[in-house]
Amino acid sequence: MYDIKKVHQASSMNDVLKIMKENKEVKILAGGTDVLIKMRERKYKDVEIVSIGDISELSGIHIDESENIIIKSATKFIDIINNEYIAKHLPTLGKACNQIGSPQIRNIATIGGNLCNGAVSADVVPILLVLDAQLHIVGLDGKMRIINVNDLHTGPGQTSLIEGQELLVEIHIKKENYVNFGFDYYKYGKRNAMEIATLGCAVGIKLNKQKDIIEDIKIAYSVAAPTPRRCSSIEKLMIGKKLTKETINLIKPENIAELIPRDSWRASKNFRLQLIKETGRRTALEAIKANGGELCID
Amino acid sequence: MGIGKNINRVDALSKVKGTTKYTEDLIPQNALIAKILHSKIANGIVKDVDVSEALKIEGVLKIVTCLEVPDVDFSTAGHPYSLDPSHADIKDRKLLNKRVRHYGDDVAVVVAVDSIAAQKGLEAIKVTYEEYKPKINIYGNYEVGEPIHKLYPDDVMATMNFYLNEDKERFNKYKIVEELLKTNNFKGNMPDSNLPMKKYEYILPIVQHAHIENIVCFAYMDGNRHIIYSATQVPQVVRRIVSEALEISIGEVQVIKPYIGGGFGNKQDIIYEPLAMYLSKLMGGACISMVSTREETFVNSRTRHGMKITTMVNTEEGKMRMRNRAINLVSNQGAYSTHGHAIAANAITNGFHLYSGSGLQVGTSTSIYSNLPSAAAMRAYGTPQICFAVESQMDDYAKEKGFDPIEFRLENLVKVGAIEPFDTFPIHTNGLDDCIKKGKELIDWDEKKIQYEEFNKNSKVFKKGIGIALFAYKTGIYPITVETSACRMVLNQDGSLQVQVGAIEIGQGSDTVFCQMTSEILSIPEDKINMVSCHDTDISPFDPGAYASRQTYICGGAVKKTAEILKEKILNKAAIMLDFDYDDMDLIDEYIISKSRSEKLESLEKVVLYSMYSKHSTEHLTAEATYTGLNNAFAYGACFADVCVDVPLGKIDIKKMYSIHDSGKIINPRLAEAQVHGAVAMGVGYAIGEEMLFDQVTGKPLNNNFLDYKIPTSMDIPEIEVAFIETYEPSGPFGNKALGEPPIIAPAPAIRNAVLFATGVSINSLPLNPEKLVSAFKEANLIDEE
Repeated sequence: MYDIKKVHQASSMNDVLKIMKENKEVKILAGGTDVLIKMRERKYKDVEIVSIGDISELSGIHIDESENIIIKSATKFIDIINNEYIAKHLPTLGKACNQIGSPQIRNIATIGGNLCNGAVSADVVPILLVLDAQLHIVGLDGKMRIINVNDLHTGPGQTSLIEGQELLVEIHIKKENYVNFGFDYYKYGKRNAMEIATLGCAVGIKLNKQKDIIEDIKIAYSVAAPTPRRCSSIEKLMIGKKLTKETINLIKPENIAELIPRDSWRASKNFRLQLIKETGRRTALEAIKANGGELCID
Repeated sequence: MGIGKNINRVDALSKVKGTTKYTEDLIPQNALIAKILHSKIANGIVKDVDVSEALKIEGVLKIVTCLEVPDVDFSTAGHPYSLDPSHADIKDRKLLNKRVRHYGDDVAVVVAVDSIAAQKGLEAIKVTYEEYKPKINIYGNYEVGEPIHKLYPDDVMATMNFYLNEDKERFNKYKIVEELLKTNNFKGNMPDSNLPMKKYEYILPIVQHAHIENIVCFAYMDGNRHIIYSATQVPQVVRRIVSEALEISIGEVQVIKPYIGGGFGNKQDIIYEPLAMYLSKLMGGACISMVSTREETFVNSRTRHGMKITTMVNTEEGKMRMRNRAINLVSNQGAYSTHGHAIAANAITNGFHLYSGSGLQVGTSTSIYSNLPSAAAMRAYGTPQICFAVESQMDDYAKEKGFDPIEFRLENLVKVGAIEPFDTFPIHTNGLDDCIKKGKELIDWDEKKIQYEEFNKNSKVFKKGIGIALFAYKTGIYPITVETSACRMVLNQDGSLQVQVGAIEIGQGSDTVFCQMTSEILSIPEDKINMVSCHDTDISPFDPGAYASRQTYICGGAVKKTAEILKEKILNKAAIMLDFDYDDMDLIDEYIISKSRSEKLESLEKVVLYSMYSKHSTEHLTAEATYTGLNNAFAYGACFADVCVDVPLGKIDIKKMYSIHDSGKIINPRLAEAQVHGAVAMGVGYAIGEEMLFDQVTGKPLNNNFLDYKIPTSMDIPEIEVAFIETYEPSGPFGNKALGEPPIIAPAPAIRNAVLFATGVSINSLPLNPEKLVSAFKEANLIDEE
């Protein structure tokens, strides 16, 4: 039994905004895989809910004429995983989505929920950070603002969205941020499925034509700092460098100022430091491979 | 049909279709909800409980606190009743407890019309405590302070110390044992004291059964009848303990056990049945349901004991033959005694069941209370812990001495003809040699050994290994406690049969094998035998319950005896009906036949019809019998693991597990194989992931949920190959021995020994999780700092 005061019915985005305007305390429920848990844990009590999971204008994947990928916020992970365009042109996004929770969760949970929940361990976030995804956010007055996903997370479970006054509607991935790049995402968990990331790492890499120089590289980690984050310090060190073992071995905690892994009962700081180094290097090697490069170490 | 055949489970159809009714499915719609208020401290006393605000909440009907429950102490162990008072379980808890002994202990209970109201009620209760310092880590030195139980001023619940001398005589008290306990060094008192002894220490974590169905029961009254539905492995013991706790006649209590979603020993304890019944009485007989959440099941049911086990060993000069052995075991009992020292005792004695030294063997064991959830029975009753220590030590010592680990084991195995030194029953069957041979062949041990050693020379990131571990396990509990079981059979007029057994079907498949045993003797095919699966203490034959690996061995005896009596009755009736010589008749393929003429005389169906409906003399053909088990037998086996270790990430990729068993005659090979698969999977969890974690200062549970408590998923379970070495155990009803628990015992040390092979690193605690491995590999310089 859940402690729900009222469920509001909405059939369009404007409906949702109207309900939000009229009911200050209303919680937005997309897939429900985070909201219901918070209710069960009694973090939300006596709740009013507006469900956006069935609103068609908030769901779906669209490729525009410039080959930008637009994903509506209430799109379920299973639909991203099964999308043919994404499978062909940006398979790492599907790979990241496919590691979230269980099949049951992926069938109902949404990409927007994963972002707005603000979790440090969200599986879809590192790859979106690397892709410099643009978030389209609508206010109660109907005005749209656009932010880079790198400006979304402000703390553990916290985002720059104004709760009760804003609604995430679309995630845009620009063509120049995914074409000509090779990507990979590494989720490090203790189990092989139904797992929360102990650490996550996404890398996007663009090599030169000869495939021997790193023209561009983007690296993001989750669960290695209070928020998932891009690591420009190591990116800067590696851009323009030759593709060698030494360059890859630059990936180590000492060179990544953005990361401040912490000690917790789930994993010690020392262990996370080892994971930062090891998963970073392995993910980079896979991204190189995906970009047509070749480098073998060990 | 009959034994040795792959009969489908009798409950397969209902379970596959999802129509099976479990306890929670049967809760009446209007049942009231009872929810427990759990303490927010680990050690202390409840001074006051203020329920005034809580009672104002709409839907809250009643609140009972630990300050007002009846002053009756009871035990929660699902043990059979003992005529020997010195052997009785410790009665150390009430329905709710004022003396808080672990974080989450039961302090009060709210009865409400629905779960939200009950939850709101809990949130409004204010408890005042007097707090003591929690005792969480009991292995080091700590101040005992206020004892957890008054009667045990030093928190030591029990000890059991013994030694076996060179003639395998057993002594319980001896100065060597005292000496060992005092100094942890008894070299001087051993035979051949010039031989140095090697000492090893192993730490085993607290884990849980993680059955999918949580702890659940509901209770109501019908007149003076006290009726309880419970997901329990021991309905007859629930009945006795409810009668003791509430001081009512045992005959007024009726306990019904529907199908169970897993128990693994946890449901061998009585958890909330007495409280639910007590509340129902208070509420005028209304139905009270108590459904634990997963978080509660972790903390408020039972756990597997954490242990610290120290072993010492030496071998005869220049030989692989073990000389002297010593094992010291400290068992973390948690807050309440439940099964008492029985599990630690089973573990410490099991430490001497597989190998015997030629010299002196010393065992010491202590159970210590702590401010943690109570530990009790879990699949294989203490032996996975001792097996991890003994089998890890076998490899560690072999490595130290340059022995081949398998040869070292073979040299020291207990053989057929030996007498079990503690319970003194003879060992009739032991297929271990063949189990080892078979396993070596399946895993291709000799070839892989060379291959992997070569591979590991050149590979830094990945390292491959193979490992072995053996086990011995007692099938039943005789002569420590009574072994009794009963069965009833009723023939139907069409020649089909109803069978009621005392044994408790808890998913292990007991109903199916009893059906096969019945078919074996009566020739009635399995699809015409109807097993009455729901155990109802008002009507079911008696059996103390599903524990140990005893049901096929003991209740199997009752089934065999009952079927033989029924067969005799059928033939007697047929002799009258057909006016034929009883001694020349037999029952084959549902027909009465003449043995001498090898011909059919009459169908079973006709005989039953005649017996039930002939006008002048009717007899309903039924039989009932009780079987007393006066034997015990060892099941044996060998487990092999093939692994690849990812060194920098500390991950073990288990390529394949091999589980080879001597469980005597296998009654249903496919069911047996499935039994092994489940247990090996559980063993893999114990090996690589599972561990209950607690805040070391407050005692608060940290991972009492399935996100953070890492039971393996299907993606973590490797291929499992199973083989049976079928001996014929003369003490089993059909030559059979234990199988339910044994396959969980050896996977963890087998995997651990494979990691040792792969990396050269001895990991001396479970689980072998990545963080622990990375830290050990760094220490061994297997991971580059750069």
